Amino acid sequence: MTDTFEPKITAFVCNWCTYAGADLTGTSRIKYPSNVRVLRLPCTGRIDFMLLAKAFARGSDGIIISGCHPNDCHYTSGNYHARRRWMVYRNLMDFMGIDTSRITFSWVSAAEGAKWAELVNEVTEGIRAMGPYTEYQELAHAGVE
Amino acid sequence: MDLIEKAEQLLQSGDVKAVLGFEAGTGGTRRPAFARRPGQARRLVFDDACVQNLASYVTRKETRRLGKVAVAARPGALRALLQLMAERQIQEQDVLPLAVDAAGQVAELPTAQAIEEHLALEPGPVSARDRELLDRLGKLSRAERWAFWQGELGRCVKCYACRNSCPMCYCEHCTMDCNRPQWVPVPSHALGNLEYHMVRAMHLAGRCVQCGDCGRACPVGIPIHLLTFNAEETVHAQFGQRAGASAKLDYALSTFRPDDKETFIR
Repeated sequence: MTDTFEPKITAFVCNWCTYAGADLTGTSRIKYPSNVRVLRLPCTGRIDFMLLAKAFARGSDGIIISGCHPNDCHYTSGNYHARRRWMVYRNLMDFMGIDTSRITFSWVSAAEGAKWAELVNEVTEGIRAMGPYTEYQELAHAGVE
Repeated sequence: MDLIEKAEQLLQSGDVKAVLGFEAGTGGTRRPAFARRPGQARRLVFDDACVQNLASYVTRKETRRLGKVAVAARPGALRALLQLMAERQIQEQDVLPLAVDAAGQVAELPTAQAIEEHLALEPGPVSARDRELLDRLGKLSRAERWAFWQGELGRCVKCYACRNSCPMCYCEHCTMDCNRPQWVPVPSHALGNLEYHMVRAMHLAGRCVQCGDCGRACPVGIPIHLLTFNAEETVHAQFGQRAGASAKLDYALSTFRPDDKETFIR
């Protein structure tokens, strides 16, 4: 076995656009890295900021958050609300010294199977270059002998 | 009219059931005090040592049970009262804010509009010292900020004084007390501390009136108010509103504009 680092990437996606988009990637037989673990949620508006923190704490090296394009939300405004929350949360994380370059936000519609594959490719390569996010992951074991 | 005379008058006439102010504590400190009878008004003091935000007492069950209360309020408390009105936690007629000027003279601010007008004459909420701290941290590299906050938050003992001192933390069931699911580890542990302060800042984003009482309440002196200040500054810069500016303010994170501008979504 090689000891090359394989990043673990958690993707929080919305049920109506990006999840369907990722499905389309599969049915179109487009290949993308298996480093990504897709978690389906009803809407980007449902993606609590704590889910991101938990993903890092439980060993994710990178995070993808993706949902419907603005104006396309199944629930009319979930993605608009999510966008505001991310604008604040991303700044706060940066202020606390958390590496926001490990979190990728995107809009991927149900028709953008190719964009999803491209996104996962890029993010995986990026995180592979950055290395594991030990800084954060070590917190979970801090002070435990 | 000074605060003691005003309190006596208000209690005598029955306009308010209690006057919430400060009295002398031990060692030159000041502590919150309720004057419920005219005779008790003599205990009240109001000077530079009276820094606590008394608005956090207004939403307590014990206070509500008393009836209408007058509150000796500094600008931070006035903004908190406006924000509580905007969040429909109190109504105009529930409180009578009393603004005390430098000469000790008291002005009644019976309506939200009166509070807004009074606040318009006050300087901005963020002190020069805090502004400088925020700027200095902003200029550091990410790794340096991480090291700074790990060092600071490493001292947190999770006493929740910051939460309890905050006039906006009035939830009866706090996420921190919820153990199904247990979102944040209970002990004061590196990960739990980081997550706790993250949750606190996010739950106050767009609601923090920047009184800085959380930072003052911290027994180990962590400048935790900077976290909520940062979230609040983002809200102000991006969405153009400040919590506590008006009694008719929509919560920034439960509303939106289709043309909100961000730079990071692909």
